Amino acid sequence: MSEAHSEPNPLGFLLAGVPHAEALKIHVISLEAGKVICRVPFSEHLIGNPDTRVIHGGVITALLDNACGISVGSKTMLKGQIATLDLRIDYMKSATPDLDILAFAECFKVTRNIAFTRGVAYHTDRDDPIATCAAAFMLRTRATSDPTDRMPGAQ
Amino acid sequence: MELLKRALAEGRKPDLKQLIDAIPYCKFIGVDIDRKGTEVTTILRYSNRLVGNPVLPALHGGVVGAFLEITAVIQLMLEAETEELPKPVDIGIDYLRSGKPVDTYARAIVTKHGRRVCNVRAEAWQDEHTRPIAALHGHFLIKPRASEAE
Repeated sequence: MSEAHSEPNPLGFLLAGVPHAEALKIHVISLEAGKVICRVPFSEHLIGNPDTRVIHGGVITALLDNACGISVGSKTMLKGQIATLDLRIDYMKSATPDLDILAFAECFKVTRNIAFTRGVAYHTDRDDPIATCAAAFMLRTRATSDPTDRMPGAQ
Repeated sequence: MELLKRALAEGRKPDLKQLIDAIPYCKFIGVDIDRKGTEVTTILRYSNRLVGNPVLPALHGGVVGAFLEITAVIQLMLEAETEELPKPVDIGIDYLRSGKPVDTYARAIVTKHGRRVCNVRAEAWQDEHTRPIAALHGHFLIKPRASEAE
Protein backbone atom coordinates (compact mmCIF):
# COMPACT_ATOMS: atom_id res chain seq x y z
CA MET A 1 0.00 0.00 0.00
CA SER A 2 1.67 3.16 -1.13
CA GLU A 3 -0.19 6.41 -0.74
CA ALA A 4 2.29 8.70 -2.42
CA HIS A 5 1.38 12.30 -1.83
CA SER A 6 2.16 14.42 -4.87
CA GLU A 7 1.30 17.67 -3.13
CA PRO A 8 3.07 18.92 -0.01
CA ASN A 9 2.19 16.58 2.82
CA PRO A 10 -0.02 18.42 5.34
CA LEU A 11 0.89 15.82 7.97
CA GLY A 12 4.61 16.28 7.70
CA PHE A 13 4.58 18.39 10.86
CA LEU A 14 3.83 15.23 12.85
CA LEU A 15 7.46 14.09 12.65
CA ALA A 16 9.35 17.23 11.72
CA GLY A 17 10.95 18.84 14.71
CA VAL A 18 10.65 15.77 16.95
CA PRO A 19 14.27 15.49 18.09
CA HIS A 20 14.12 11.85 19.12
CA ALA A 21 12.47 10.75 15.87
CA GLU A 22 15.20 12.59 14.02
CA ALA A 23 17.89 11.03 16.22
CA LEU A 24 16.57 7.55 15.35
CA LYS A 25 16.05 8.62 11.70
CA ILE A 26 12.40 7.54 11.79
CA HIS A 27 10.61 8.28 8.52
CA VAL A 28 6.96 8.14 7.57
CA ILE A 29 6.78 6.07 4.40
CA SER A 30 3.01 5.77 4.01
CA LEU A 31 0.17 7.77 5.44
CA GLU A 32 -3.61 7.91 5.28
CA ALA A 33 -6.23 8.96 7.81
CA GLY A 34 -5.71 6.80 10.89
CA LYS A 35 -3.07 4.54 9.32
CA VAL A 36 0.64 5.01 9.03
CA ILE A 37 3.78 3.08 8.19
CA CYS A 38 7.10 4.28 9.61
CA ARG A 39 10.60 2.97 9.16
CA VAL A 40 13.69 3.08 11.35
CA PRO A 41 16.95 2.21 9.61
CA PHE A 42 19.33 -0.28 11.25
CA SER A 43 22.29 1.40 12.86
CA GLU A 44 25.22 0.13 14.92
CA HIS A 45 24.56 2.56 17.77
CA LEU A 46 21.05 1.14 18.27
CA ILE A 47 22.31 -2.36 19.08
CA GLY A 48 21.04 -3.73 22.38
CA ASN A 49 22.96 -7.00 22.46
CA PRO A 50 26.58 -6.77 21.32
CA ASP A 51 26.83 -10.57 20.95
CA THR A 52 23.92 -10.97 18.55
CA ARG A 53 23.87 -7.37 17.17
CA VAL A 54 20.11 -7.35 17.68
CA ILE A 55 18.63 -3.85 17.88
CA HIS A 56 17.50 -2.77 21.37
CA GLY A 57 13.84 -3.23 22.29
CA GLY A 58 13.76 0.45 23.20
CA VAL A 59 14.10 1.39 19.55
CA ILE A 60 10.98 -0.64 18.79
CA THR A 61 9.22 1.00 21.74
CA ALA A 62 10.03 4.47 20.38
CA LEU A 63 9.11 3.49 16.82
CA LEU A 64 5.75 2.00 17.82
CA ASP A 65 4.95 4.88 20.18
CA ASN A 66 5.72 7.38 17.45
CA ALA A 67 3.80 5.49 14.76
CA CYS A 68 0.74 5.14 17.01
CA GLY A 69 0.93 8.84 17.83
CA ILE A 70 1.03 9.74 14.14
CA SER A 71 -1.94 7.48 13.44
CA VAL A 72 -3.90 9.47 16.04
CA GLY A 73 -2.79 12.77 14.56
CA SER A 74 -3.71 11.68 11.04
CA LYS A 75 -7.15 10.50 12.13
CA THR A 76 -8.15 13.39 14.36
CA MET A 77 -6.15 16.10 12.55
CA LEU A 78 -5.74 17.71 15.94
CA LYS A 79 -3.36 20.60 15.94
CA GLY A 80 -3.02 20.35 19.71
CA GLN A 81 -0.69 17.99 21.46
CA ILE A 82 -1.42 14.38 22.29
CA ALA A 83 0.15 12.34 25.07
CA THR A 84 0.69 8.59 25.43
CA LEU A 85 -1.35 7.21 28.32
CA ASP A 86 -0.14 3.65 28.17
CA LEU A 87 1.69 1.40 25.79
CA ARG A 88 1.83 -2.37 25.86
CA ILE A 89 4.29 -4.24 23.70
CA ASP A 90 4.52 -7.96 23.04
CA TYR A 91 7.82 -9.11 21.62
CA MET A 92 7.34 -12.02 19.20
CA LYS A 93 10.87 -12.51 17.91
CA SER A 94 14.23 -10.81 17.84
CA ALA A 95 14.84 -8.30 15.08
CA THR A 96 17.34 -9.41 12.45
CA PRO A 97 20.60 -7.41 12.48
CA ASP A 98 21.26 -5.08 9.52
CA LEU A 99 17.62 -4.94 8.48
CA ASP A 100 15.43 -1.84 8.76
CA ILE A 101 12.37 -2.11 10.98
CA LEU A 102 8.96 -0.99 9.81
CA ALA A 103 5.98 -0.19 11.98
CA PHE A 104 2.37 -0.13 10.90
CA ALA A 105 0.01 1.65 13.28
CA GLU A 106 -3.68 2.37 13.13
CA CYS A 107 -5.95 4.49 15.24
CA PHE A 108 -9.19 2.48 15.35
CA LYS A 109 -11.25 4.50 17.82
CA VAL A 110 -11.38 8.09 18.90
CA THR A 111 -13.52 9.32 21.77
CA ARG A 112 -13.83 12.80 23.19
CA ASN A 113 -10.70 12.48 25.31
CA ILE A 114 -8.97 9.29 24.27
CA ALA A 115 -7.69 7.68 21.09
CA PHE A 116 -7.06 3.93 20.87
CA THR A 117 -4.39 2.49 18.62
CA ARG A 118 -2.64 -0.74 17.74
CA GLY A 119 0.55 -1.37 15.89
CA VAL A 120 2.93 -3.98 14.61
CA ALA A 121 6.70 -3.88 14.00
CA TYR A 122 8.18 -6.09 11.26
CA HIS A 123 10.89 -6.33 8.62
CA THR A 124 9.07 -7.23 5.41
CA ASP A 125 5.95 -9.19 6.32
CA ARG A 126 3.32 -7.71 8.63
CA ASP A 127 2.11 -11.26 9.38
CA ASP A 128 5.54 -12.19 10.76
CA PRO A 129 5.84 -9.53 13.46
CA ILE A 130 8.82 -8.63 15.61
CA ALA A 131 6.44 -7.02 18.07
CA THR A 132 2.85 -5.88 18.39
CA CYS A 133 1.49 -3.10 20.54
CA ALA A 134 -1.64 -1.45 21.86
CA ALA A 135 -1.55 2.15 23.01
CA ALA A 136 -4.02 4.73 24.30
CA PHE A 137 -3.50 8.46 23.86
CA MET A 138 -4.92 11.39 25.75
CA LEU A 139 -6.25 14.14 23.50
CA ARG A 140 -6.02 17.76 24.55
CA THR A 141 -9.50 19.24 24.91
CA ARG A 142 -8.22 22.68 23.93
CA ALA A 143 -7.78 21.50 20.34
CA THR A 144 -10.84 19.24 20.12
CA SER A 145 -13.17 22.11 21.03
CA ASP A 146 -12.28 23.92 17.82
CA PRO A 147 -14.09 22.30 14.84
CA THR A 148 -11.68 23.87 12.35
CA ASP A 149 -8.95 21.76 13.90
CA ARG A 150 -10.54 18.61 12.58
CA MET A 151 -10.31 16.79 9.32
CA PRO A 152 -13.63 16.52 7.41
CA GLY A 153 -15.21 13.19 8.18
CA ALA A 154 -13.05 12.54 11.23
CA GLN A 155 -14.89 11.01 14.14
CA MET B 1 27.65 -12.36 27.06
CA GLU B 2 31.28 -13.00 27.94
CA LEU B 3 31.12 -10.43 30.72
CA LEU B 4 28.23 -12.22 32.42
CA LYS B 5 29.71 -15.69 31.96
CA ARG B 6 32.97 -14.60 33.57
CA ALA B 7 31.19 -13.01 36.53
CA LEU B 8 29.11 -16.16 37.01
CA ALA B 9 32.15 -18.42 36.78
CA GLU B 10 33.97 -16.32 39.35
CA GLY B 11 30.91 -16.29 41.63
CA ARG B 12 30.48 -12.52 41.72
CA LYS B 13 27.94 -9.98 40.49
CA PRO B 14 28.59 -8.57 37.03
CA ASP B 15 30.09 -5.10 36.70
CA LEU B 16 27.03 -3.11 35.67
CA LYS B 17 29.01 -0.12 34.43
CA GLN B 18 30.94 -2.38 32.06
CA LEU B 19 27.69 -3.96 30.98
CA ILE B 20 26.11 -0.60 30.15
CA ASP B 21 29.24 0.46 28.27
CA ALA B 22 29.06 -2.70 26.18
CA ILE B 23 25.53 -1.91 24.97
CA PRO B 24 25.61 0.71 22.18
CA TYR B 25 21.96 1.75 22.64
CA CYS B 26 22.53 2.58 26.34
CA LYS B 27 25.33 4.91 25.32
CA PHE B 28 23.19 6.41 22.57
CA ILE B 29 20.42 7.51 24.93
CA GLY B 30 22.82 8.22 27.81
CA VAL B 31 22.18 5.74 30.62
CA ASP B 32 24.29 5.91 33.77
CA ILE B 33 24.22 3.82 36.90
CA ASP B 34 24.44 4.37 40.64
CA ARG B 35 24.85 1.14 42.55
CA LYS B 36 24.85 0.79 46.29
CA GLY B 37 25.02 -2.91 47.09
CA THR B 38 22.04 -4.56 45.49
CA GLU B 39 20.20 -1.24 45.18
CA VAL B 40 20.57 0.20 41.74
CA THR B 41 19.36 3.54 40.50
CA THR B 42 19.66 4.14 36.79
CA ILE B 43 20.06 7.66 35.47
CA LEU B 44 18.97 8.89 32.06
CA ARG B 45 21.11 11.94 31.30
CA TYR B 46 19.06 14.58 29.58
CA SER B 47 19.98 15.55 26.05
CA ASN B 48 17.97 17.30 23.37
CA ARG B 49 17.73 14.21 21.20
CA LEU B 50 15.54 12.51 23.84
CA VAL B 51 12.75 15.02 23.28
CA GLY B 52 9.54 13.76 21.70
CA ASN B 53 7.43 16.89 22.10
CA PRO B 54 9.41 20.07 21.48
CA VAL B 55 6.42 22.32 22.28
CA LEU B 56 6.12 21.40 25.97
CA PRO B 57 9.00 20.24 25.84
CA ALA B 58 8.69 16.60 26.98
CA LEU B 59 10.78 13.46 26.73
CA HIS B 60 9.79 10.96 24.03
CA GLY B 61 7.55 8.23 25.44
CA GLY B 62 9.60 5.63 23.63
CA VAL B 63 12.78 6.74 25.37
CA VAL B 64 11.14 6.68 28.80
CA GLY B 65 9.85 3.17 28.03
CA ALA B 66 13.27 2.06 26.80
CA PHE B 67 14.93 3.51 29.91
CA LEU B 68 12.53 1.58 32.17
CA GLU B 69 13.19 -1.58 30.18
CA ILE B 70 16.94 -1.11 30.63
CA THR B 71 16.42 -0.52 34.36
CA ALA B 72 14.44 -3.76 34.61
CA VAL B 73 17.13 -5.69 32.73
CA ILE B 74 19.91 -4.26 34.92
CA GLN B 75 18.09 -5.28 38.10
CA LEU B 76 17.66 -8.75 36.62
CA MET B 77 21.38 -8.96 35.88
CA LEU B 78 22.02 -8.50 39.59
CA GLU B 79 19.39 -10.89 40.86
CA ALA B 80 19.09 -13.58 38.21
CA GLU B 81 22.15 -15.70 37.56
CA THR B 82 22.06 -15.61 33.81
CA GLU B 83 24.71 -15.83 31.11
CA GLU B 84 22.74 -13.93 28.51
CA LEU B 85 20.92 -10.62 28.54
CA PRO B 86 17.27 -11.14 29.57
CA LYS B 87 14.87 -10.86 26.65
CA PRO B 88 11.63 -8.92 27.02
CA VAL B 89 8.50 -11.00 26.40
CA ASP B 90 6.00 -8.26 27.03
CA ILE B 91 6.08 -4.85 28.66
CA GLY B 92 3.37 -2.44 29.69
CA ILE B 93 4.18 1.19 30.30
CA ASP B 94 1.91 3.66 32.07
CA TYR B 95 2.74 7.28 31.39
CA LEU B 96 1.87 9.25 34.51
CA ARG B 97 3.36 12.70 33.95
CA SER B 98 5.15 14.28 31.06
CA GLY B 99 8.91 13.91 31.30
CA LYS B 100 10.59 17.27 31.72
CA PRO B 101 13.86 18.07 29.94
CA VAL B 102 16.01 17.09 32.94
CA ASP B 103 17.75 13.94 34.17
CA THR B 104 15.45 11.01 34.94
CA TYR B 105 15.99 8.27 37.53
CA ALA B 106 14.54 4.78 37.80
CA ARG B 107 14.51 1.73 39.99
CA ALA B 108 13.19 -1.77 39.41
CA ILE B 109 11.95 -4.62 41.57
CA VAL B 110 11.96 -8.26 40.52
CA THR B 111 8.44 -9.20 41.63
CA LYS B 112 8.65 -12.87 40.75
CA HIS B 113 11.75 -14.79 39.92
CA GLY B 114 10.82 -17.85 37.91
CA ARG B 115 13.15 -20.42 36.40
CA ARG B 116 12.66 -19.17 32.86
CA VAL B 117 10.60 -16.01 33.19
CA CYS B 118 10.85 -13.11 35.62
CA ASN B 119 8.20 -10.51 36.40
CA VAL B 120 9.65 -7.06 36.94
CA ARG B 121 8.26 -3.65 37.89
CA ALA B 122 10.07 -0.37 37.40
CA GLU B 123 9.34 3.27 38.10
CA ALA B 124 10.91 6.44 36.73
CA TRP B 125 10.91 9.84 38.40
CA GLN B 126 12.60 13.19 38.08
CA ASP B 127 12.49 15.73 40.89
CA GLU B 128 10.55 13.69 43.44
CA HIS B 129 10.56 9.95 43.98
CA THR B 130 6.91 10.13 45.06
CA ARG B 131 5.88 11.71 41.75
CA PRO B 132 6.75 9.06 39.16
CA ILE B 133 6.59 10.04 35.49
CA ALA B 134 6.17 6.47 34.23
CA ALA B 135 5.85 2.89 35.45
CA LEU B 136 6.64 -0.37 33.70
CA HIS B 137 5.70 -3.94 34.34
CA GLY B 138 7.03 -6.69 32.19
CA HIS B 139 8.06 -10.28 31.74
CA PHE B 140 11.58 -11.21 30.74
CA LEU B 141 12.97 -14.52 29.54
CA ILE B 142 16.16 -15.51 31.30
CA LYS B 143 18.62 -18.19 30.31
CA PRO B 144 19.72 -20.16 33.34
CA ARG B 145 23.27 -21.33 33.72
CA ALA B 146 24.15 -24.21 31.38
CA SER B 147 24.65 -26.51 34.38
CA GLU B 148 21.09 -25.81 35.55
CA ALA B 149 19.52 -26.10 32.13
CA GLU B 150 18.73 -29.81 32.23
